[in-house]
Amino acid sequence: MILSVRDLRVSFRTHDGPVRAIDGVSFNLEESEILGVVGESGSGKTVSLLAVMGLITDPNATIEGSIRYKGRELVGLPPRELRRLRGNEIAMIFQDPMTALTPVYTIGWQIAEQIRAHRGVSKAKAMERVEQLLAEVNFPNPHEAMSRYPHQLSGGMRQRAVIAMALSCDPALLVADEPTTALDVTVQAGILDLVRKLRAKHKSAVVFITHDMGVVSELADRVMVMYAGRVVERGTRSELFSDPRHPYTRALLGSIPPLTGQKPRRLPAIPGSPPSLLRLPQGCAFGPRCPVRYEPCEAGKPGLGSDAHAAACFRVAQA
Amino acid sequence: MLYAILRRFGQMLFVMFGISVIVFLIFFATPGADPAARIAGRNASPEVLAAVRHSFGFDQPLYVQYTRMMEKIFVTGDLTSFVNRGWKVVPAVMDSIPVTLSLVFGAAVLWVVVSIVIGIVAAATRDSWLDKLLMALGLLGISMPVYWLGEVMNLITQSRYHDSWAFSWVPPLGYKNFSDDPKGWFLTLVIPWITLAVLYIGIYGRVLRAAIIESMQEDYIRTARAKGLSETRILFRHALRTSLIAFVTLFGLDFGALVGGSALLTEVVFGLHGIGKLTYDALQNLDLPMIMATVMYASMFVVIANAVVDFVYILLDPRLRAS
Repeated sequence: MILSVRDLRVSFRTHDGPVRAIDGVSFNLEESEILGVVGESGSGKTVSLLAVMGLITDPNATIEGSIRYKGRELVGLPPRELRRLRGNEIAMIFQDPMTALTPVYTIGWQIAEQIRAHRGVSKAKAMERVEQLLAEVNFPNPHEAMSRYPHQLSGGMRQRAVIAMALSCDPALLVADEPTTALDVTVQAGILDLVRKLRAKHKSAVVFITHDMGVVSELADRVMVMYAGRVVERGTRSELFSDPRHPYTRALLGSIPPLTGQKPRRLPAIPGSPPSLLRLPQGCAFGPRCPVRYEPCEAGKPGLGSDAHAAACFRVAQA
Repeated sequence: MLYAILRRFGQMLFVMFGISVIVFLIFFATPGADPAARIAGRNASPEVLAAVRHSFGFDQPLYVQYTRMMEKIFVTGDLTSFVNRGWKVVPAVMDSIPVTLSLVFGAAVLWVVVSIVIGIVAAATRDSWLDKLLMALGLLGISMPVYWLGEVMNLITQSRYHDSWAFSWVPPLGYKNFSDDPKGWFLTLVIPWITLAVLYIGIYGRVLRAAIIESMQEDYIRTARAKGLSETRILFRHALRTSLIAFVTLFGLDFGALVGGSALLTEVVFGLHGIGKLTYDALQNLDLPMIMATVMYASMFVVIANAVVDFVYILLDPRLRAS
């Protein structure tokens, strides 16, 4: 097992009181497995993975629970130790490639910087590796691309450069935070292809954060659905798509337009909007938007249980 | 690159031409005032008046007058100030330039170095007692007017504590040529440098701190952290460079203005006969030729400083190297 997160809780102190952004999230990740993390904005998918990376720098944040990477506890690890893992064994790709690279340095310099931060190699050696990496992520002219500045590349190219950077030290774990959201559809497909190919080659486990069920269905081995800081359903990809149990997962799948058959007049949408983390409803957070809620939903928060395919819903437990 | 430099140079010339025309019109073509009478000074004899009128071409059309004036400043250099007993204007300006440049350059080195250190330290220790102390000191520096701080400095170093071990090295007020006496040049300028720099250290330190803190919120800083770089490296390599743009902009404006005469108060307080003092005296006496020459000189420095700033931008930020 590469990564084991147990009962992770992240809360932020704010002017309006404490906000619990992550409320008891647990998941495992096996070697070279792709885990899709799905949820709306504010569901806590990014924050939970930033916590894994040790990238929550806000002094008002508290992180509790356990994050074990290859058996080693990361919560409370001194920054220096964490830094040695970051970029080296655990790498991250971010959502917006337009702003993820420092504008004043060349692509090659920025990738080489990461290599040299973790491996004691010469500049020339690092540059050689950069060229190889850029070729791997399908840069048509890797040697020339090294001396390009971020603003001279298209969004898709920048994201490839960011991916090349993330892979530069052969990480065992790659966290991809909506890497395709800011890109147009054809470029998206290319990036997804690349992630799949690289997983096969580098044997990295991947956590893929997205709000796009289509991307999940193409890429993920297992899926975790998040809502208001909690995991509401988890399972393998086929379990989740053929047998969605949580009403939220069903609603998410229900709002994907069908590819065949008659097109619906209007796509079904989930009524209401995600709750503010400052004022979570009593009981189940999804309750107020849920079509099948009944009394128990307001009384307590449903647990996820320990099954491989599990949903945090009283209706499911009842059935 | 060469093309860009040439183009910028052309722009500079054009701007200076515009300035010279405007200044010329303001002082020499104001309706109802006879520039010849102004130039000749009070109680000038009719002969002098006629000579002035002829020499500046006031009996001819405006463009001739303008060309005469420019010729006298830039080509022959024999522009004469009648108000000041026949002073040659151009040599007077030339004599003042090294004084002002010495003062402003030295102060600039001091304030740039110190404010960069303060800005970085304050940003890195944000919200700590050290940050708060540095920012409070900066505010104090900004709040002290040069004429007051300068006089206090003089009081301490020239009279009150001059005999103590701490300030016995301070020479009397005045300026010594660098070529004649490098050590004296340095010693006489130390106190003026500090005085002039204090204000700017406060401003620049605060500006840089704010810019660094803003840069540290950028997405690419998160990327840099995800790469596993140390906070020090992130600060110096990834945040500082983009933060320096605001700093350089300010510097260009302030440096140009100071060299162009804004260091007047410092010059007066410390008895330095620089451009500021020269301009001030010229305005007091309505010494038109001198005003013309000093304004041309000042605008030249402001324009040059701005051009240099533009080139530093290009060095700092490759996005501006587009064409």
